[in-house]
Amino acid sequence: MDILITGILLGGTYALIAMGLNLQYGVARIMNLANGEMLVAGGYFAFIAYTATQLSPILTIFLVAPLAFALNWLIYRLMLQPLVNRAKNRGQLETDSILATFGLSFIGVGLMLSFFGGDYFSYSFLAVPVELLGSTYGANRVLSFVMAVLICGALYLWLNQSRPGLSIRAIATAPASARLVGIDVKHLSALAFALGGAVTAVGGALISTYLTLDASTGVVFTLKALIIVIMGGVGDVRGTIVAALLLGILETVVASLLDPGLTLAAAYVMFLGILLFRPQGLFGKKPT
Amino acid sequence: MSLTGPDIRNLCLAALAFAICALLPFGDDGYWLGLGVTIAMFTALATSWALFSGPTHYISLATAAFFGLGTYVTGLGIDTLPFWSLVGIAGVTGAVLAALVGLATLRLSGVYFVIFTLGLAELVRQVITWVQNNSGQKGLYVLTDLDEAGIYWWLLGLAAVVFLAGWLIGRSRLGFALRIIGDDETVAAHSGINTARAKVLLFMVPGAVAAMTGAILAPRYVYIEPSLAFAPILSFQVVIMALLGGASRLWGPVLGVIPFTFLLEAVSSNFPNQTTLVIGVAFLVIVYLLPGGFVGLLDRIKRRITARGAL
Repeated sequence: MDILITGILLGGTYALIAMGLNLQYGVARIMNLANGEMLVAGGYFAFIAYTATQLSPILTIFLVAPLAFALNWLIYRLMLQPLVNRAKNRGQLETDSILATFGLSFIGVGLMLSFFGGDYFSYSFLAVPVELLGSTYGANRVLSFVMAVLICGALYLWLNQSRPGLSIRAIATAPASARLVGIDVKHLSALAFALGGAVTAVGGALISTYLTLDASTGVVFTLKALIIVIMGGVGDVRGTIVAALLLGILETVVASLLDPGLTLAAAYVMFLGILLFRPQGLFGKKPT
Repeated sequence: MSLTGPDIRNLCLAALAFAICALLPFGDDGYWLGLGVTIAMFTALATSWALFSGPTHYISLATAAFFGLGTYVTGLGIDTLPFWSLVGIAGVTGAVLAALVGLATLRLSGVYFVIFTLGLAELVRQVITWVQNNSGQKGLYVLTDLDEAGIYWWLLGLAAVVFLAGWLIGRSRLGFALRIIGDDETVAAHSGINTARAKVLLFMVPGAVAAMTGAILAPRYVYIEPSLAFAPILSFQVVIMALLGGASRLWGPVLGVIPFTFLLEAVSSNFPNQTTLVIGVAFLVIVYLLPGGFVGLLDRIKRRITARGAL
């Protein structure tokens, strides 16, 4: 039982991170492999804010979000838009964006290494036990989960109820047709990319309250987020959440029953299963 | 198979070039030989990488996984089997793993392949670490009488085999099929090419070569442990070198291997903490400034000269 709950708590934060990536890949069509670095940067920000001024990470996210939004908007406008414009087909954009975001990812790691060094960083925030259904869990984990649920919920409502949300979903479904009905695809793609980056950075700030990070852990989170997105289906919010929870539970099961060093292997087993049996995603329809 | 005059001339020139390269250990057995080993190693890795990724445009990041696998083949078998057989076993193991990875991912779109290969080295590393923790064994000693010059000749020989294989594939039906797949996969599928089979077959080449490279280089490490053998940075270096040179020609990657080896050597000896930054910048340079690598640049210059000559 505790394994299940710990898994769900972890999965909640994964859902948030994967949601960020899904916005970037599903709408802006950029396979952002620097996503994990944005997460680590968010974590660093929360760490510094907490150790320097005792600012609670829950408040820090209100600073992290606009900063990450602005940074990602600039990255999209300056670096990725030219690639979108020059790409002759989807495949070429995919290759170009993979290479460019790899570059960004390495630059991100390099910059963080030179500013903060290669040490692990962690801080003790709300490290008090909370009782849930007869077992105890760290309050920081529970709080992060609650925040992740709130943000995911808000995002879900915004995508499904608001006008820009509708346009964004239209772009995710059919980018070429979206332009025909008067949707400003360029503008909204930049918006979705920036929003995705902001969500990821907030996820990083939340996850740093209970996980130890270092400058080069980003890629592991990128991979997990990618696996979740593929599993849940590109552009599918519901699928992303289910996939994230499944991954969180599976990882916790493997870590507590087998070996904590095998979490990525667990994620891979799941990925393989998806590739072999449901490449269109959990709730996706088979392509005709 | 018929050889034309230019073919024979190219083959002779290539053989001559390799013969000259093989003389290096007689001139110097310190710094330059060390650099020669690095260049020979990356030439084999990057050229075989481009054999697959050049025509298919799929970015494979699995090099480190196959390389590490190869070092472990040598590490585990060195006490019982002769070295040359280990290189062969590593090649077969690498090809089998590549076939499995290819069968799982290459039927689908390229993104799945990239993601899968991105974590492959880390996955194999985690599994080996886990096995070692459970069996109480931490690392492996590889003690041979193979010296630096021997390793260099082995790698040079491997690089020559890669070039020969690339040349033969380029002339074969498989190479022709792959060029069509690279141009337009739908057209290829409609004209009766089994695209998945062709891609899986071709992916086995870099897999086998990377594993053999790892097997050859294992004696150089003396002591092998998972974090050393499966260093993910290797995969990225190979991608950069191959694309910097240009993956559209057989000899393209070498043009990237040589300058980038020197650059990394200079950076890592002067600013050891900035190598990740340099790799990041190199990716951006490839995407924004040199989309076709040096080969693409040469082609553009050549076209401009002929255009001017025609005026």
